[in-house]
Amino acid sequence: MARPPSGRSPVPRQRARAELPPDDVLVERLLAGDEAMFVAVVEDWSPLMLRVARMYVSTHASAEEVVQDAWLALVRGLRDFEGRSSLHTWVLRIVANIARTRGVRESRSVPLSAVVEEDAGPTVAPDRFRGPDDEWPGHWTPVGAPSAWPASPEGSLLSREILHKVADGLERLPARQRAVVALRDVHGMTSEEVCEVLDISATNQRVLLHRGRARLRGELEDYYRGAASRVRT
Amino acid sequence: MTGDPSPVEAMDCNVLVELVTEYLEGTLDERSRASVDAHLALCDGCDEYLVQMRTTIRTLGRLPPESVSDRAMTELLTVFRDVHRQHPEPP
Repeated sequence: MARPPSGRSPVPRQRARAELPPDDVLVERLLAGDEAMFVAVVEDWSPLMLRVARMYVSTHASAEEVVQDAWLALVRGLRDFEGRSSLHTWVLRIVANIARTRGVRESRSVPLSAVVEEDAGPTVAPDRFRGPDDEWPGHWTPVGAPSAWPASPEGSLLSREILHKVADGLERLPARQRAVVALRDVHGMTSEEVCEVLDISATNQRVLLHRGRARLRGELEDYYRGAASRVRT
Repeated sequence: MTGDPSPVEAMDCNVLVELVTEYLEGTLDERSRASVDAHLALCDGCDEYLVQMRTTIRTLGRLPPESVSDRAMTELLTVFRDVHRQHPEPP
């Protein structure tokens, strides 16, 4: 998953994120053929574009082709960019469109507006709460209540395992939940941006975010509980 | 602020866990938010649940972003050069 540091890359790739100029300057420099600027933009925006593409297509390789097509569309169509949205949003929408078309061909596309089974029902197992006959119905049972996770200082073995768990869990989320959680929590987009790029309602966005996060929290919890019982035995 | 002195409504844990994201997003109405706050102050289980959600979100924020391959980057740059050879900008 993680890319190795590319020492003999044929292209000078800047790992440090340079601050990109405002759109008007950016467009001007790209139109003027500024290669360093093009590389910087591709570096900066492609991770997000891959995420968006992965919502519609089934493999990373396929998503990479979509992203490449989107960059080609941008390079060839930049003259027509009217600045009605930001260039960033514009290219993300191009990605979504290309990926959607391709996803239909791969016949795995789920309409984004569809409420499917994975988006309904409780996110925490009902048996962790007291039943209707209890004095405190709907409250945690002694066993069901979450217990504190051990501290995992950054860089520690536990912390690395946790990162791995979360990365793995994210990949296994249903596509729409994965896209929303990744855009919001991995890439730090705002809910408004996510709604615009994925063309979903604010409510839909929130439901997908909630369900995705809740499932990942549950997986971490299982991991910690497993780790605790492994220590005990 | 509203002048409404209605007491904070009691909330069950199984309701609260489904409102955590709205709580964190700041999209709950004032009354529900007050109910969540009141509940959290008294319930260790829900307080811990919220802590764990925050930990999960923070962990997601530490994932390395995936990027395009060097091969793809090289191809893109080739096209970028071609386009500018065909349509040079007027000076």
